Amino acid sequence: MTVDSQGTATAGSQDAPGRAAGKSQTPPPPSGAKEALQPSRGRRSLPGGLLPYLLVTPALLSMAVLLLYPLISNLILSFQSVNRRELIRRETPWIGFDNYTELLGNSEFWTVVLRSVAFTAANVALIMAIGTGIGLLLNRLGKKMRLVLSLALAFAWAMPIVASVTVFQWLFDEQFGVANWLMRTLGFSGYEQHNWFETGFSTFVIITALVVWGSVPFVALNMYAGLTTVGTELYEAARMDGANGWRTFWSVVFPNLKPFFMITTFLEIIWVFKAFTQVYAMNQGGPDRATETLPVFAYIEGMSQQHYGVAAAISILTIVMLLVAMSFYFRLILKQEDEQ
Amino acid sequence: MSTTAQTPQAPAPQKLRTRKPLTVGAVAKNAAAIVLAVIFVFPVYWMFSSSLKPQSEILSKDPVFFFTPTFENYGTATGVDLFWTYVTNSLIVTVGAVLLALVVALAASFAIARMKFKGRKGIVLIVMMAQMAPWEVMVIAMYMIARDNDMLNSIPLLTAIYFVMVLPFTIWTLRGFIAAVPVELEEAAQIDGCTRGQAFRKVIFPLLAPGLMSTSLFGFITAWNEFAMVLVLNKDKTNQTLTLWLTQFQTAFGDDWGATMAASTLFALPVLIVFLFLQRKAVGGMTAGAVKG
Repeated sequence: MTVDSQGTATAGSQDAPGRAAGKSQTPPPPSGAKEALQPSRGRRSLPGGLLPYLLVTPALLSMAVLLLYPLISNLILSFQSVNRRELIRRETPWIGFDNYTELLGNSEFWTVVLRSVAFTAANVALIMAIGTGIGLLLNRLGKKMRLVLSLALAFAWAMPIVASVTVFQWLFDEQFGVANWLMRTLGFSGYEQHNWFETGFSTFVIITALVVWGSVPFVALNMYAGLTTVGTELYEAARMDGANGWRTFWSVVFPNLKPFFMITTFLEIIWVFKAFTQVYAMNQGGPDRATETLPVFAYIEGMSQQHYGVAAAISILTIVMLLVAMSFYFRLILKQEDEQ
Repeated sequence: MSTTAQTPQAPAPQKLRTRKPLTVGAVAKNAAAIVLAVIFVFPVYWMFSSSLKPQSEILSKDPVFFFTPTFENYGTATGVDLFWTYVTNSLIVTVGAVLLALVVALAASFAIARMKFKGRKGIVLIVMMAQMAPWEVMVIAMYMIARDNDMLNSIPLLTAIYFVMVLPFTIWTLRGFIAAVPVELEEAAQIDGCTRGQAFRKVIFPLLAPGLMSTSLFGFITAWNEFAMVLVLNKDKTNQTLTLWLTQFQTAFGDDWGATMAASTLFALPVLIVFLFLQRKAVGGMTAGAVKG
């Protein structure tokens, strides 16, 4: 997750503070994803032969061994009955689709699926809405305020997930947390020693706060970088025609940045759906397994319950669901590359 | 910060799309920006400030905002058994993964960006898909493989996994950087009598420096932050990394939040520094390079 979230849109993020400080010499690329997709302009047919294959082999080989092979063995494991006993005896009895039929007929599994989908939908909607809003705001601010806000966003973006989980646990601590103090100060009663991790819903609220807080900077700073490529004349024209802010957004900004919106939305869907660290490290899927999303469910089914075969089947089903989102994402990316 | 904060009539909700009198809009805009900046920076600030608080000020119902800073929490955090083992492990794993990825990716991305060969498009697609690999969901399979090969609690295996985690991204970005170096430069070097290898080393490689830097920084961040794999694979304390140290800290220390925040700060600091300073420079080169190409 981190490589993607902190990597893909490098240009956008860094460009914003840079521009605000008036240091940037080059116009920012429209969006992070686009930037990474620079057409290889310099390529020309140089004599090939075996050399390119030799150069590519180490990369392909290592991905085959440590990525493809685990994926395949995950698939194989999902057709086997491997529990504690088999693990110790090192047996791997085949049971066909039993793990899958067991899961698909299990209401607990469907609860987790629905929960993951709802969690993803809520987070992505919030991330996109707030991120877009802040991006638009950044575009309207003066230089100094823009720098201040960009820096604050960069801090949130850069925070390692594990560290921010610990910080959020502290913010929402039962006894000495700032959250309870804030609620008391705002005049709410019942926050003397409120346990935020008491119910699954409340725990999800905190996880969502964490995920949204950590993901909005990516969208906002890229949104801003994208906005700078939409010429100001367009805004002016829209304003002259009497369009209000809302109209201007939907008729000028959105159509121009549609590829950015689509790509970012699908990226966020993929990232949030497979988020493990935020959910697991916050409360280990608790209280009472109420915050287990699919990746956490697979982990606990496997490592704690020692139903390795079932866990593998959960993983495969999760990957299949992710593939749906990914296929949209890849289609968008490839379309964009063709257009360039 | 002070100019706008004084104005009381700044209504937060209508921040974005006010097109009424200019001044109200401007004030609302700036007020919204300040509120947002505070919200986004607060958790990071609170981590730093809590880490510097004496125990008594931490254990207070109403948060203390002004206090005399102390480093005692850092002493507690670094005084944990095996702290330096975790640090060493984290460093070995990250540096190892990033260096390996750079070498392997440099070769691959040069081929992809500069050479024409059958299957090139396919390789680009593979790299793209590998970049989206759902590692978090593959932990069980990885555990079984490691177990069957007696490689649980292995630092080399962890390094190798992190290497493959950062590899696709590294190839992807380096490909862009290499493509941005005009091929004429390379040809000129070859006309002047360089071999292909020399042309690469003397012409392309120096121009890639900013690219290599930013790419490796991102690889560093990914490997440094990784949690799921090490959680599953390395149960043995002596082979764990700082991420596990940090997540287990609070439970192990009976809610010593001051020390926990000191630990978080220690863990986050390298990443924050790398991200905020070095990265900015490197990306200046990144955009410049990409656009000029």
